[in-house]
Amino acid sequence: MKCTGTWVGSAAFGLVAGLLLAGPTAWGQAAGGGTSAPGPTPGPSLAQAASNPDNWAMPSLNDAATRYSPLKQINASNASHLQVAWTFSTGVLRGHEGQPLVIGDVMYLVTPFPNTVYALDLNHDERIMWQYTPTQNPDVIPVMCCDTVNRGVAYGDGKIILHQADNTVVALSAQTGKEVWKTPLASYKEGATGTDAPLVVGNKVIVGVSGGEFGVQGFIAALDISDGHMLWKAFSEGPDNQILFDSHTTSLGKPVGANTGVDSWKGDQWKIGGGDTWGWYSYDPKLHLLYYGSGNPSTWNPVQRPGDNKWSMTIFARDIDTGVAKWVYQMTPHDQWDYDGVNEMILADLRVDGREVPALVHFDRNGLSYVLNRANGELIAAHKYDPSVNWTTGVDMNKSSPNYGRPEVVAQYAPGSKGANVNYTGICPAALGNKDEQPAAFDPQTQLFYIPTNHVCMDYEPYPVAYTAGQPYVGATLSMFPGPGGYMGRFIAFDPVTGKTAWAINDQFSDWGGALTTAGGVVFYGTLKGYLQAVDAKTGKELYSFKTPSGIIGNVMTYMHGGKQYVAVLSGVGGWAGIGLAAGLTDPHAGLGAVGGYAALKDYTALGGQLTVFALPGS
Amino acid sequence: MKRGSRLVMATLAFGIAGGIAALAAAAGDTTPGDAASATESNGLWTDKQGAPTYHIGKDGTVDWGTLVGFLRYSDSCLRCHGPDGLGSSYAPDLTQALKQITYSQFIADVAGGIKAVNTSQQLVMPAFADDKNVMCFIQEIYSYLKARSDGAVGRGRPAKTEPAPKGFDEASYKCLGIPQ
Repeated sequence: MKCTGTWVGSAAFGLVAGLLLAGPTAWGQAAGGGTSAPGPTPGPSLAQAASNPDNWAMPSLNDAATRYSPLKQINASNASHLQVAWTFSTGVLRGHEGQPLVIGDVMYLVTPFPNTVYALDLNHDERIMWQYTPTQNPDVIPVMCCDTVNRGVAYGDGKIILHQADNTVVALSAQTGKEVWKTPLASYKEGATGTDAPLVVGNKVIVGVSGGEFGVQGFIAALDISDGHMLWKAFSEGPDNQILFDSHTTSLGKPVGANTGVDSWKGDQWKIGGGDTWGWYSYDPKLHLLYYGSGNPSTWNPVQRPGDNKWSMTIFARDIDTGVAKWVYQMTPHDQWDYDGVNEMILADLRVDGREVPALVHFDRNGLSYVLNRANGELIAAHKYDPSVNWTTGVDMNKSSPNYGRPEVVAQYAPGSKGANVNYTGICPAALGNKDEQPAAFDPQTQLFYIPTNHVCMDYEPYPVAYTAGQPYVGATLSMFPGPGGYMGRFIAFDPVTGKTAWAINDQFSDWGGALTTAGGVVFYGTLKGYLQAVDAKTGKELYSFKTPSGIIGNVMTYMHGGKQYVAVLSGVGGWAGIGLAAGLTDPHAGLGAVGGYAALKDYTALGGQLTVFALPGS
Repeated sequence: MKRGSRLVMATLAFGIAGGIAALAAAAGDTTPGDAASATESNGLWTDKQGAPTYHIGKDGTVDWGTLVGFLRYSDSCLRCHGPDGLGSSYAPDLTQALKQITYSQFIADVAGGIKAVNTSQQLVMPAFADDKNVMCFIQEIYSYLKARSDGAVGRGRPAKTEPAPKGFDEASYKCLGIPQ
């Protein structure tokens, strides 16, 4: 399983699937000109586009994935006057994760399967400048664990980059929507799919893979943005030449040694070992390092895969040019809960004990927040960010302990501690984690992180399963129920250095929409009932609330156009939230008094697919 | 129909339950249809027509096959059809769907998959014919969903259940092809 990616130039794909309506409309400051030239007309470079605060040029806004916008026309004093400026139906009724991009006068957004990409002309009534729908075999639909979501397109080199469901990466001319190149990655017939938003760094497109519930051996790949050919590919587990580890790769300051990606597994289990990489990616241009996390080891039955299962559940720091791992940190060795480690890595310079540290901050599914020195992988702090976390008492921070850096696991809540075919009850958090892919935001003004969270617990019963390529490979039953207090979500302002929660807003359902924070002192997020919420960054006080047509699992973004600040979010309930919570949860331990159960999400919202854009009144 | 019957035969041969040992259901217990004619073998109950069914004792004890169905449903079906067969934003409510189809149709749908892809929807259920995690327990999964559909079993893991019949684990491993 070495690098097998193939690539084809644009010549082979001369037939255009896109619908080209007209010539160029809107290229903002660095607009190209001509309408008739074949191939892409150079748009602004990503660096140019991203440095203009009016734009939202990257899925996570910037390399550091802060989702902090310096825009401040909308502020804590006037946010209560927000109103809907315009709306757009995507024409697709599935879970809408992710966020649009805005570059100059054009907005780009992608729908769930069939992954239609729209370019909207912000200068002319949001007219559809072009749209592109790839041709994909519908057999990919059921292979997508937990809905046919897509977390957004990326921009660079005058191209829009789409990682489509069937695991093909496509580059489109940002101006015309014509295919420039197309690179298939691993096969969806074996369960490998694409749901992530790519990250563009210089001439590279970084993409991962989904398929942890199908035993897909996870990897991250760098493609050349000019023609799509693969520059490097690094697996999450396997021999050192597959995982791109060398003698300088460290974990917690020490060299990891040889062959860890095979020796920490029984037999050949690593070949179907998961560790998929479907989350978010960030980058430090000074250190030249790419950061991301790997997901759950396959199967969910831990008894079938003894060992630490390296390097699933791991934070990776890789050299952007070679892919070689500089340092790694495995958060949840030998996972027994499905606590994927793929959530975003936010790069922020934080004050720790009076000194400024180049930090990487991560809020993991396992309920712990991690602060590491992103230069060398030193572990600085690890705290529970939800009070209900009970599978661990915390991370061993004693540097002289043999268990340094490992979570101290509570056997009662560790499925596998008494073997398979046992029902382990009352584990918090549930498999969806205290936070899933919905990104948090970091505000340098308040020095706080704003985190949409889940407050859900579970019973987990593992049992043996057989592996068949392209079929689900799970091996556990889990029953979820609301966490202590009877609610399922919390939106919190949190300090990961001290572990203190500045404020929290409890929510009936999980908070599954990504957060945005702004220089105007306003934090935005969306709820599963469909509300776009604006709250005061300092206090959490609600400033504005509006019910969009469907539940929100998308991430709020903002941009400035024509001198006006806009805030936009995709609605469209679905994803794992839509599957797990549609019928409501029941508490199996609450006794007869709980008959009737908890609220069902389907009583509040129905399928939809809409972008809602907000602004202040007036011109 | 023809395809369905063939699949039923194949499944019975493939499944871990089977055989003809018979236990008459005690009066007052809950089984659908003609309770007196339902029979039990290796923890799995079967009705007069040969379709798997559930059996709930007077004290609410749920039969073993139905429990196994609950567990294996969660393994292979829950990620689309939601907890307890109740449907989700992604796939239909099976407690309703089971009222509309026969056991043969159920087997045909599970083994062969369903596709409804058009301009207004993209619903695809995969074919599970080659998936041992499903096909080794297809009768149990049907028993469980039938019990859910009839309202005989509530949400979540049944609280009180019959113990595993002797040799069940060994038979499961053997059918799945996993060394113990």
